[in-house]
Order: sequence, then C-alpha cells, then structure tokens
Amino acid sequence: MSTAVSAPETRPSRGPLTDLLTGGGPVRRALWLALAGLALFSIVRAVSGEEALTSSSTMSAALLLAVPIGLAGLGGLFSERAGVVNIGLEGMMILGTWGAGFAGYQWGWGAALVGGVLFGALGGLLHALATVTFGVDHVVSGVAINILAAGLARFLSELFYTDNPAGGGVTQSPPVSSKPPSFSLPVLSSGPDLLGDLEQKHWFLLSDLAGIARGVTSGVAIVTVLAVLLVPATYLLLWRTAFGLRLRSCGENPAAADSLGVPVYRFKYIAVIISGGLAGLGGVFLVFIAGIYRENQTNGRGFIGLASLIFGNWRPGGLAAGAGLFGFSDALQLRSRSAVVALLLLVAVLLAVLAVRQFLRHQLLVGGIAAVVAVAAFVGFLTIDELPPGIVSFTPHLTTLLVLSLASQRLRMPAADGLVYRRGEN
Amino acid sequence: MAGAGASGGTPPAGSPAQDAPLAVELRGITKRFPGVVANRDIELTVRRGEVHAIVGENGAGKSTLMKTLYGEHRPDEGTILVDGRELSFRSPSDAIAAGIGMVHQHFMLADNFTVLENIVLGSEPTRGGRLDRAEARRRILEISDRYALDLEPDELVENLGVGDRQRVEIAKVLYRDARILILDEPTAVLVPQEVDELFGNLAELKREGLTVIFISHKLDEVRKVADSITVIRRGTTVGIADPRTTTARQLAEMMVGSELPSPETRTSTVRDVPVLRLDGVTVASLGGRPAVDDVSLTVREGEVVGIAGVEGNGQAELVDAVMGLRPLAGGTVWFGDKDITAWSTRERREAGFGFIPEDRHRQGMLLEGTLWENRILGHQTRPPAAKGWFIDRKASREDTARIMKNYDVRAPGPDTLAVALSGGNQQKLIVGREMESSPRLLVAAHPTRGVDVGAQAAIWELLKDARAEGMGILLISADLDELIGLSDTLMVMLRGRLVAELEPATCTPEQLGGHMTGGTAAAGAA
Amino acid sequence: MNALRRMGPALLAPVLAVVVALVISSAVMAALAVNPFDVFAVMLDFGDSPTQQVTAMVVIVNRAIPLFLAGLAVAIAFRMGLFNIGVEGQYRLATIIAAAAGAAISLPGPLHILVIMLVAVIVAAVWAGIVALLKVTRGVSEVISSIMMNFIALGLASYLLTGPFRGSPEGASIISTAEIPESGQMPGLNGIFGALGLANPPRQLYGFLLIAAVVGVVIAVLLNRTRFGFDLKASGMSPSAASASGVNARAMVVKTMLLSGAVAGLIGLPDLLGNTHSYTTDFTAGLGFLGIAVALLGRNKPVGIAFAALLFAFLDRALVPLQIADYPSSVVTIVQGTIVLAVVVANEIARRVARRSAERGTAAPAGGPPTGNGGTGPAQTTPPGGTDERQGAQA
Repeated sequence: MSTAVSAPETRPSRGPLTDLLTGGGPVRRALWLALAGLALFSIVRAVSGEEALTSSSTMSAALLLAVPIGLAGLGGLFSERAGVVNIGLEGMMILGTWGAGFAGYQWGWGAALVGGVLFGALGGLLHALATVTFGVDHVVSGVAINILAAGLARFLSELFYTDNPAGGGVTQSPPVSSKPPSFSLPVLSSGPDLLGDLEQKHWFLLSDLAGIARGVTSGVAIVTVLAVLLVPATYLLLWRTAFGLRLRSCGENPAAADSLGVPVYRFKYIAVIISGGLAGLGGVFLVFIAGIYRENQTNGRGFIGLASLIFGNWRPGGLAAGAGLFGFSDALQLRSRSAVVALLLLVAVLLAVLAVRQFLRHQLLVGGIAAVVAVAAFVGFLTIDELPPGIVSFTPHLTTLLVLSLASQRLRMPAADGLVYRRGEN
Repeated sequence: MAGAGASGGTPPAGSPAQDAPLAVELRGITKRFPGVVANRDIELTVRRGEVHAIVGENGAGKSTLMKTLYGEHRPDEGTILVDGRELSFRSPSDAIAAGIGMVHQHFMLADNFTVLENIVLGSEPTRGGRLDRAEARRRILEISDRYALDLEPDELVENLGVGDRQRVEIAKVLYRDARILILDEPTAVLVPQEVDELFGNLAELKREGLTVIFISHKLDEVRKVADSITVIRRGTTVGIADPRTTTARQLAEMMVGSELPSPETRTSTVRDVPVLRLDGVTVASLGGRPAVDDVSLTVREGEVVGIAGVEGNGQAELVDAVMGLRPLAGGTVWFGDKDITAWSTRERREAGFGFIPEDRHRQGMLLEGTLWENRILGHQTRPPAAKGWFIDRKASREDTARIMKNYDVRAPGPDTLAVALSGGNQQKLIVGREMESSPRLLVAAHPTRGVDVGAQAAIWELLKDARAEGMGILLISADLDELIGLSDTLMVMLRGRLVAELEPATCTPEQLGGHMTGGTAAAGAA
Repeated sequence: MNALRRMGPALLAPVLAVVVALVISSAVMAALAVNPFDVFAVMLDFGDSPTQQVTAMVVIVNRAIPLFLAGLAVAIAFRMGLFNIGVEGQYRLATIIAAAAGAAISLPGPLHILVIMLVAVIVAAVWAGIVALLKVTRGVSEVISSIMMNFIALGLASYLLTGPFRGSPEGASIISTAEIPESGQMPGLNGIFGALGLANPPRQLYGFLLIAAVVGVVIAVLLNRTRFGFDLKASGMSPSAASASGVNARAMVVKTMLLSGAVAGLIGLPDLLGNTHSYTTDFTAGLGFLGIAVALLGRNKPVGIAFAALLFAFLDRALVPLQIADYPSSVVTIVQGTIVLAVVVANEIARRVARRSAERGTAAPAGGPPTGNGGTGPAQTTPPGGTDERQGAQA
C-alpha cells in the first residue's frame, strides 16, 4: 500500500540571482517574461527605427484585433473544458456578425449586441445537438456548421438586403444605426493626454511603455471592456464555483461525473451554447468596428481563436496572452508593412536564443533548424524593405503555426476533450 | 446450515439482526438487454450492518445487478427495497439520496483533478455561489481520520497509486453519507497484503454500522470477510451460503455448476534452445524512474516464462518493448541468435512473434472490422492474407472460417463484425490467429482476462499444446492460478525490476503476493 | 441483385440525409416566403432544346469532376482518421504554380500536360506533407495546422499572382498567369456526343474526365485491395491495434497525407487544362470545403463520392437559372449546407444501427453468405450476461 505522498519539496537554492529570476511562482515568472519582452521590443524599435512596433496606434489596433480572437478563444474554452471540440467557432462568429448587422441596422447597437450573441448561440445549439445528442464526431460537425453558416449568411443577406431601402446588398448589411460607446482614461489618455506626450519623446523603454499603456486605455470600445472583464470572470466561474467544477468534470471524465449525478449532457449543451454565444459576441465586435455586416468579415479569426486556446493551454490567462499575441501580429501587418520586416529581427533574435538553448540540451536537430531560420530571418530583415501584401496577409496565421509547432509538447488538454460521450457506453 | 445447492432461501433462523428491517432487499429483479437476459428473477437479502458478498463468474450478471441497485439503469421487472421501503431509482442521484454508494471496479476518477475535487464533485459545499474548499477539506479529513483512509485532499489523482485511488473512491461514497456501500470487484487489482488492508477498512465501516455489499469472484477472500454469500449464475440467484460452513470448492461448484477446470501442468517440455533473450532491458518513462529497469530473462523453446506482478509495475511497458512498440533506453533483445533491438514491430512479427495483447479492444482487434479482417491483422504481409502487394480476400475468408472451426469461435461467419462476438469468442479468434502463424515466441499478456470459464479452459489447453510443440511463451498475468498452473519459470516484477524467481510447483499465492508487494513494507504500485 | 441488397443499408444513410436536408431547406424557404417547389422546378429544368439539355449535363459533369477529386482527396485522409481540411490551400497553390510552370515550358502535347499534372501533384503533396510532419514530430493537431496552411497558401497564391507569376498586362481587371500554350491544353470529349447521336453542345466536356476516372479506380483499388490500403483502414479504425499489428503509425500519417495532397493537386486541373488555361483571381474557389461535404456524403467510398459530386454539381449548376428566375440563388448553399449536416448525423445513426444489430447477431454479414462451421446462425450463442463482457474488457 502506498504511503501518503509527501508535501512538494522545496527546491534547493541555486544562487540569489537565479532564484530571483526563476523562483516565486508563475505570476512572478510571467512578470519577468513581460519585462524581458518589453525590453526586446524597445531594442528592436530603436535598431530598426520602426515606430509602429510599440506605438499607441498599433497597440490599440492590437487590442482591437485581439478582442474577437480572444472572445472566440473563450468560447472554445467553455466548449472544450466540457469535452466538446468546437471547430465551428468560425461559423458561429459568422452567424454572430450577421445577427448583429441584422438587428443593428434596425434597432441600434444594443440590439446588435443581443442579436449577434443570440445568432451565435443558435449555432452553438446546432453543434450541441449534433455532437451530444447524435454523437457525431466533433470536428466533422464543426466543419459542417462552418459550411452551413457561410451559406446561411449569404442566403439571408440575399433575402433581406437586396432591394432593401435601408441599403446593403448580397454581401453586406445596411449600416448599424447607432454607434456603441467607447471609453478613455481621463487624464492620461485623453484631454491632456500625458501618455501620448511621453510616447512622442521616443525614449527607450519608457516611451514604449507609454505607447502600450495609451494604446490600451484610449478609445476602448464597450465590447472590449466586456471581453477583458470576461477573462477573469471565466476563471472565477470555471475554477471557483461548483458549476465550473461540474462543467470541467464533463471534459475530464464524463463517466465519473455521470456516476455522481452530474447531468453531463445538460452541461455539454450549456457549455457549447455559451461557446456559440461568445463567438457571436466576437462577431458583434467586428460589426461594431466596421459599422456594418460584411461577408467574410471573420476571415479565419474563429480558427485563430482556437489556436490561442491551445496556446494558452486551455486556461483563460494564457488564452488572453495568446489572443494578444495574435492580435498584435494582425495589427502590425495592417498598420505598416515595413514594420513587419522589423518583426523579422525579433524573430531572428528569439530563434537564436532558442537555438542556443536546444544546443545546450543536445537537441541538435531542433537547434539546427532554429539556427537556420534565425539566420534567414536576419538576412531577410537586412535585405527586405517591405513585404508584399499577399505575404503579409498571413502573418498572424504563420505566427500561429510557429507558436503551435514550438509549444505543442507542453500542452495538456482536458482529458476527455473530443470524446464522443454516450451514457453507458464509456 | 450450508447453502450448497440450495435455490434461494432465508438466512439461518435465530441470527441476531433478523428482526430489524433488511438494509437491501431485491425481489424478482429482471433486466434484459438486446438479445440477452442479464438478470433473471434475482433475489437478494442483505441485513443491516453485515458484509454481504455476491459471487459469480465473469459474465454471470453481478455488475448488471449492482448497476440496477445503484440507479444506473432501471430493472424491467422486480422491486427494490431499501430499509424496508420500496424505492425506484431514475439515476444514481436517487440511489445516493437513499444512502447507497457504489465503489466501481474501474475507478471513476478525473486524473487532472485533485482528490478533493473528485470527492466533492456533484455534492459540492458552496458559500454564496463559490465553491467552499475549506469546508470540503475539513469534511474529507474528518472522514479520512474516522475510517483510516489516509487522504491528501490537494494531491492530483494522477499521481496516486492503485490502493490510494480505491480509498478515494471509498471516500467519495462516505462523503455522501452512504449507509450501504457496494464494492464492485474491489480486490481485482490488489495483492493479498493490500486486500487485508482493505478488509481492515471494511471492518471499520461495519463497526460504524454501515452495510457492505461486495461483488467478487475470488472465493477465498470472500470467505474470509463476508458474513453471508449470495451466488449468482447465468443471471439468476442459485443459492445463499454461509461462509462458516461452506467450502471454497462448494462455492465454486455453485458458481460454475460443475467441476472447476484447473490449469495444472506437470511434465516439462523445456528445450535448450533460447528463443527470446532480454539483456539489461530498460525502458524510460515520463517520471524519473524507468518503467522497466535492467530486466534480463530468457525464454527457451517449449518453456512458459510467467511474469507476476501488480498492474502498473512495468509489465505493460515490458510487453511493448518486446514487441517493438516502445523504444529501449538500454539493453538488447535477442531472438534466437539475432540482435533484434532495432527491429520494428512488423519485422518482429514477420520473424515469428505472436502477440496476445492485454487489452484486446485496444491492441488486438478492429471492433468495427469483419472477422476476416481481424484474422489477418498482424499478419497482413504474409499469406494467406497477402498476395504480392494485394490482399487476397478469398484466401483470408477461407482461412478465417477454418480458424473459427478449429478454435470454436462462435459467430455466423467470417464477414461478421468483430463487435458482435462475446469477449471469449473474440479472444479465441485472437489466440487462433496467433497460433496459426506458428510463432516461435508467443507474448501472451493476460490471455484469459474477461473470458468465461469455458473459453478460459480452452485457451489454457491451446497454450499447453503449443508449449509442448516447442513454442516459447512469455506469459504476463494477474491471475495467480493461471501463472502457477502454466509457468515453467515464474518471475515477479516490481517497480520495473525482476525481484524474484519462484518455483511454480511449490510456491503459494501468499509467497507470490509477498514478492509482488515487496515484502512487509507497504509499497504497492506507487 | 445480391449486390444491391448488400448495398441497401449503406445507401440508406446518404439518401435519408438528402431527403431530410431537402425537407429542412424547404421549410426554411417556406418560412421566408419562397416557394420551395418552384425553386426545385427551376433546378430540374434543363431547358427545352436537346442542345440546352446536353449543355446542362456537360456543365454538371464538368463541375463534378473537380468535386470528385476533392472528395477523393479528403476521403483518403478520413479513412485514416485524419482531417485534411487543407485541401483548399493545397489545390489553389498547386494550380497557380502548375499554371505558371505550364506557361513557361514548351513540350509536345501529352508530355506537356503530364508535366503540368506532375507539378501540381508534387506541390500539393508537399504542402500536405508539412502538416503531416508537424503532426508526427511536434504533435500539432492537423486540423488547426491545415487551416492555417490554407491561409498561408492563399496569401502566397495571391502574392505570386500579382507578382512573379503575373501574366496579364498592368491595369487589366482580371489578373492572371500567362496563358498555357496549346500543347498544354486538354482537348474536350465532345466527340462522344456525335458518336451517341446527341446534339453537340457549345460547351466542351472536359477531357480530364478520363483521367479522373482512372485516378478514382486506382485509388479505389489501392484502398480496398492492397496491403497499404488495409494498413490505412486499420489505422483509421484503431491506431493502437494497427501499431500492434506492425503498422508504423507515424509513417502512415505522412504517407496518407502525401497521397491525399497528391490527389488534391489535381483538383484545379480540369478547369485549368480544359477551360481557363491560366490561373486568375476568380479561379474556382471553395472546392476544398465542398470536397469535405462530398466525401462525407459519399461515405468515403469512390463510387459514393462520384454520385455525391454529381449531386453537388447539379445543385451548383442551378445557381444561374435561379438568379434569372429571380430567386435568391444562395438557396443552393443552404441546401448544400443542410445536406452536410444531415449527412454527418445520418452517418452516425447508421453506424450505431449497424453496430447495434451486429451485436444482436441478427444482422446479415457484411457480404457473402455465412459459412457453415458449427455456428448456429443468427440465434444467440453467447451465455446470458455476455453483454457484460462485450461492453469492454473487464479485469
């Protein structure tokens, strides 16, 4: 019989500096990482002269673009934590954009909010029906919903918006009739705009910090606020309440949950419907930015949201970081194609560090590949002025792919994620 | 009063608790599934405060009966009475509310959750909507102390060994104020010393006035701990026995309805030619300690080398390593006189390795495939399956029909889907297909697991015959009778190392169990 | 007749799915004040004159050929339990590179076409191979990585089209690659119509039909009759059992994706070689996702996929007549979308029913008569309580 497991051992001290840098738990490590990242960006900005890298306009665009990704990711979180893989987030987001446009042009931004979430949730309901009640494979159902949602959006647009006196057409809705509110920090980001002044001085590190701070605090839309609040709210709901424990148990061991009286099917339904609603909210946000519904507004953001979920190791905090990362790369390529070239320098430095680490661990193949790509990136930085639009357009997707390739080994998804659960059979 | 052969009846007259209402009474329970009657007219009477055992062989219907009692499904006919009240359960929640708790045979635990989270799931203490972990921890520690369960609330379940997990399962049930505990084959994965500890726990429970219903097919254990025994055969009650007056043999005969087969073999057929030699084989694992640690053994022609051990001590990894499914971190594997350490699984199979996997559904067959597809599985690169680059369907079908006849696999035909067969027939097909390729070495992992007694006896005969013809067999099993009966050489595996070599003809289950757990220290499967 | 009876249950699911989808689509249409029967009538109207009718059929078959190839590519991966969602990116990238290559060289007729095909196949296979490599070496889910690769492929194609491979003059409204010379153009099959005594339509029936048919047969034989096909199928049914039987799981993933990608490379070629002769900004798009739908409807079998492709092509053809008749033409996408969803549900139900009836032992065997062997036919030969054993291995 095994004895009770001993308390987690305290690691022996490895010197004060190492302890300072690597000890203290995950929060402190994250802070150090953030600081190091900031310093790196400042250096690259100074070297390349690309102001766009840390300017407040880029940062606010980054936040802007991170929101739909993050919302989709949160949607994926709810669904996958309950054990249902949701590839259909893109389709639910599409439904959300259409619903927001449809309700928005008639009744204003409040209705758009409700309409978008509702339409997204309906998509979630469909996915839940297929996967939970009928036991269809989750990925297949998700792909089917994506196809159906795109077709439905087109069909409904054709039906309602052709020959509509308010405007619009087959691929877009009439404009949303009222603008949603947005907020700014009173003294720092608007009016006297102290942060803006600091940013203009282009001082190393301080100006970058100012740029970032101003970017995320001026002209912040209401959905952004909502989205940012949803991250800790999701954590509290899923990790600190009984509801959350039961929901997560459906994704870890549904048979165990069932045997303890947890209504597994019901929780899966709830989770997937919430998932659709959140994706729909992401769609609402896209409509608010553009002012109308436009076909293909989502442009794969649902999928990137899923990627940020995986990147964040199925936790809200990591997910938000991932969404921020992908939003940033998306913003950069929209802002300034030459700034993307500066990213190459960043990539070169990071990969060089990675290569050194892998060589130290005798992982020659991975280290070698990292080194080669690092050199190529550096050469690219030196020689290329501006990347053509076609190439730049897939920066976020390439980033996603690189991150997933490098990080996939450490991830731990819910144990029963993707499992088609049938009561009594598992 | 012996209950041997009696067909149902009342407990002996004059016993103390007879006037109190029965904790559990089942009358005429019948449960049907498509094509099969799992329970027929079952009668069960359990007095309060007693440990009541339900025995029967694999497939007799015990688990189905307990699922009915626990509310996991509803009986087609019959009544359930708990503490004298007639009840009907729509789900486990109703059973839990009635004070019944079930400790499943296959643990229902979420590995990524802590002990605390697993225990309180579904009955969480809350404070203003938030999960009240402090309260949960307090109650769990209280239960742990009262019943000597030794729980660590914040430990992740995936880090726990088998015995600990079982105690978490018991705690789950006690946390919900169960007065009647159902334990489904609790000793299936424990060795004698751990079983004694479990029985100690049961004694504590009994002292606190709880009732325990205990399902098992291990008769000597049952006789040691039960106050009363109900025997079930082929879905119906065949008798009630008093362990003080009934022998294990009599119980067994009630269970089976006839003489028990025994796997004993006496004459040695071991030849001098080595077939398989493992030399310092080491297999890494995710944790620190290697799963297989410097194992060396030899299997000769005509020899059965049996490896005993509690599940989780490296046997599965050893089997994978021998079959080429897992890379070695050190050591060499020899097949005859060739170093095959670097050979792939396919190369090993083609060279003459047969494989009866531990989990036939996972590694042994394609459930949604036909029988002929399953027959050629593992042998698809050689005749009769293969003809050049192509699969010879006709020859495969014919050969499958032949195997079905020779090995008594009962099914409509070679085109039947594998999922349609019972466990015993599936296993017979697997044994047949492996034997037919005349392997020089057969790796048999738990070859009669989940198989009814008749098929078990048939498989034992096949193994003995193959052995006599010169096949070398590496046998991994948890069935001590099987190991002792079939092996020429018996070794014990603990924490990845071979810790003992025993003489099968003279060693006892207690001796074996002692080595399997590392002697006096409670080491278990951690 | 026996073959038909055997196929009966297998046909039930897709047919049922189509019927259900039509019912649901009709309900949606009716709810939005569109008369479904009128819509169906327009769809089924091939025209009055023989020429019009043959033209309609040619359009349908021409559209079906790339759909068939797309479904085939997806099905190869599906059979192994892999999702090749990257077919879209694979064929678009392959087509533009093949178009540029075809325009740049000059070889005698059949050889020229062969080279174009080879380039397309290799590019698409490599693109799919990257996904496979990421999966086996880094454990990246092929679903996400192939979706990302799609975007990258489309971005690359757009860059190539407007950059190095640009063939059309500046300022032209439609950008395209250089035109492939005549030796690289595939002749049509309209001679058949003359031989059959039918009217000769103004549209050419793609010659690629023959190649697609050959590819279909080859793939069917490969998947059903060869050792490789058996290994692939086993890996799809149970990866752990396949590994224990000797299949190298990682190699299998890579080989399957390469094969799937190779077939995907052919998707754009019917249109490229038979009609447009260059890659343009409005080259046929979306075939990758429709391919998924076609594969699901065809239940991953080449014959089924062929029929499914024809059905979807038939629906696609209806777009123009519907617009002319002033109906919302995207009703076609609704029907297609609902078919997809209905099919996946129907497939699942069919699978369960088959499994349930097999467990009951009353199902007819998957093919061929039962052989006499001492089995007692469909009667229950397992002991009572056998269900307990069958539901899973017990300790």
